[in-house]
Amino acid sequence: MSVLEIRDLHVTVGEGDDAKEILRGVDLTVRSGETHAIMGPNGSGKSTLAYSIAGHPKYTITGGTVTLDGEDVLAMTVDERARAGLFLAMQYPVEVPGVSVSNFLRTAATAIKGEAPKLRTWVKDVKTEMAGLEMDPAFAERNVNEGFSGGEKKRHEILQMRLLKPKVAILDETDSGLDVDALRIVSEGVNRTREEGDVGVLLITHYTRILKYIKPDFVHVFVAGRVVDEGGPELAAKLEDEGYAAYVKDSNEQASAEKAASEVVTA
Amino acid sequence: MAASSLPSQPSPPTGTTDLTTQPSTLASELFAPGVGAQAGPPTTPAEGTGTAGQATPGAHSHGGPAPTGSPAERFTSTDPDAFGVPTGREETWRFTPMKRVGLLLNGAASDAHLTWTSDLPEGVELTSVEAGDPLLKGLPEPADRLAALTRQRSGGAAVVRVPQEAQLDRPVVLGLAGTGGDDVVWGQLVIEVGAFAKATVVLDHTGLARYSGGVSVLVGDSAQVTLVSVQDWAPGALHGGQYDAVVGRDATFKQVVVTLGGDLVRLVSNVQYTGPGGTAELFGVYFADETQHQEHRLWVDHAVPNCRSNVLYKGALQGEEARTVWIGDVRIRPTATGTETYELNRNLVLTDGARADSVPNLEIETGEIVGAGHASATGRFDDEQLFYLCSRGIDAETARRLVVRGFFADVVQHIGIDALQDRLMRTIETRLGALPGLEEQEVPA
Ligand SMILES: Nc1ncnc2c1ncn2[C@@H]1O[C@H](COP(=O)(O)OP(=O)(O)OP(=O)(O)O)[C@@H](O)[C@H]1O
Ligand SMILES: [Mg+2]
Repeated sequence: MSVLEIRDLHVTVGEGDDAKEILRGVDLTVRSGETHAIMGPNGSGKSTLAYSIAGHPKYTITGGTVTLDGEDVLAMTVDERARAGLFLAMQYPVEVPGVSVSNFLRTAATAIKGEAPKLRTWVKDVKTEMAGLEMDPAFAERNVNEGFSGGEKKRHEILQMRLLKPKVAILDETDSGLDVDALRIVSEGVNRTREEGDVGVLLITHYTRILKYIKPDFVHVFVAGRVVDEGGPELAAKLEDEGYAAYVKDSNEQASAEKAASEVVTA
Repeated sequence: MAASSLPSQPSPPTGTTDLTTQPSTLASELFAPGVGAQAGPPTTPAEGTGTAGQATPGAHSHGGPAPTGSPAERFTSTDPDAFGVPTGREETWRFTPMKRVGLLLNGAASDAHLTWTSDLPEGVELTSVEAGDPLLKGLPEPADRLAALTRQRSGGAAVVRVPQEAQLDRPVVLGLAGTGGDDVVWGQLVIEVGAFAKATVVLDHTGLARYSGGVSVLVGDSAQVTLVSVQDWAPGALHGGQYDAVVGRDATFKQVVVTLGGDLVRLVSNVQYTGPGGTAELFGVYFADETQHQEHRLWVDHAVPNCRSNVLYKGALQGEEARTVWIGDVRIRPTATGTETYELNRNLVLTDGARADSVPNLEIETGEIVGAGHASATGRFDDEQLFYLCSRGIDAETARRLVVRGFFADVVQHIGIDALQDRLMRTIETRLGALPGLEEQEVPA
């Protein structure tokens, strides 16, 4: 049983005067066995949240806490976070020239497990998981993400999640760029992980179509750097029909109200 | 609190030039937009890195190949005195440490030799010709004084002959080992590959020597030739050389230069085409530490129509005084319509104080080409790559080694000889320090 707790998280990008606040007080709790969907419009800060939890150096945490089973995630290095059980399937996976997928996967598994996995079972596991995601075995010989199509990159992310078995997996727009078949295959991969173990899943998306395959227990609406509404799967249905317009309008009104208030204070 | 566990913060890459008039097959090698400051540029720019951007101004106009006028002809001669004695101020010598190269330039004629070992597949002939042989008269001429001295003093040449239509079942391997004397070894090698033949020739330089060696590769029509030149010299070795490839009609020439050892290595690689449809691919990797100067100069002369050239050189530098130079000259003459050319040089600066010069230079004299581009970048680690690896639990040190290893493997894998690739990657890994936990990296088939 694991729990990822995000409390009042504030994050900026950029340096000095150019610093811009993207996350403005995020609260979220993800327990193992739960699937949370975070839905929000483009630019609302969803990837910022994902990257901040994973420890990308581009983002500066200016306030709040993130803990995994009580441990301070923000004090950990990027690799320590992964070894503690966090996994981020990236929206834009990075190409690493000259590093083969098989070498990469095995090095990562060795780091996560603390010892090199036994070669024979490992080879079998990789084969099985690749087959499950309908990936050609030839991908093992290719360089990490190099020349992969958008959909192939996403399958490769889910392959890593399957093999590394995290406690909490954050999937950042894993559905974008997938055709219908690939969406089904990738979703089944996620669902296998959910069925097999006590994983907590944070599914970031701005379309509802992946939610036809992966049923969320909770839906959070994310606008302008914070969670503005929460509910069950029915909230996704509502977003499907009505979009984010109402939330965005509210958020704009709130932002201008806040701005007006601060002007009053400084006046 | 900064959520940073990676050392360097993104900042603009130092020394980046980029010209692509047509989408290129190597575009993925470029620093992709949106990937932040790729190639992990330094927090503070490494001193003096990246002197790119010295291409002719006209060559930088984007949006369609624009002819850049008629540059001066490159001077060549078989007479050393026609070049004068270099001072170090000449364009050809201005990057070279004159004291060290002086040990070659001022070396006397000698009988000193490298120790040769050879593995010759059936049908391949290794012979020699005397000075004055007509074969030598027909070779491309020396382009600097050292090359001219070499041609003069080598007193003939060793000749590797691959007959027409031969399909070699394994590479020709010539082991050239230095035995440590102070005398300069002067050598000339001619590799002659007949029409429609397919051959790979490996020159494996090891040991301690002061060596100046010319290599001329005559690629017959429709032949496919790979030349691999490994500079795995012992510390203290000096190596200068002019490599010329004469590429026949519809022929393919691939050269892979791997420079790891020696104090000074200065190789000048030239390509010319004798008929349309030729392809030349020039690959190189180099790894300089603090005692080393590694200089690779390229000159691809497109004078006939419908030929291609593709250049990819990658280097890493580690240590205070490490020094590398890459000069990539490509000329597309008015007659060379339908040319397609691309060149890329990337340098990875691993420690402060190292210096990589990178000068791509594209002269385009006809607008009727398929594509022409070049790019050059010098910087630190790619933060995005490191983040990706670390986010999978891999510690920063191992991630860094994986990235550097991958940086080299990207080029080394073009050799196409597994045993040699493995040996070179092991040498590189040893110099990077052992990779923990990466034993038995068998690949799941
Ligand atoms: N380096 C930066 N400097 C300034 N603004 C930035 C920087 N990086 C990101 N941003 C801004 O931060 C905001 C949030 O970006 P983020 O990628 O987190 O959004 P997102 O919700 O994931 O959007 P999408 O749905 O398009 O993936 C955007 O407005 C983006 O332009
Ligand atoms: Mg995003």
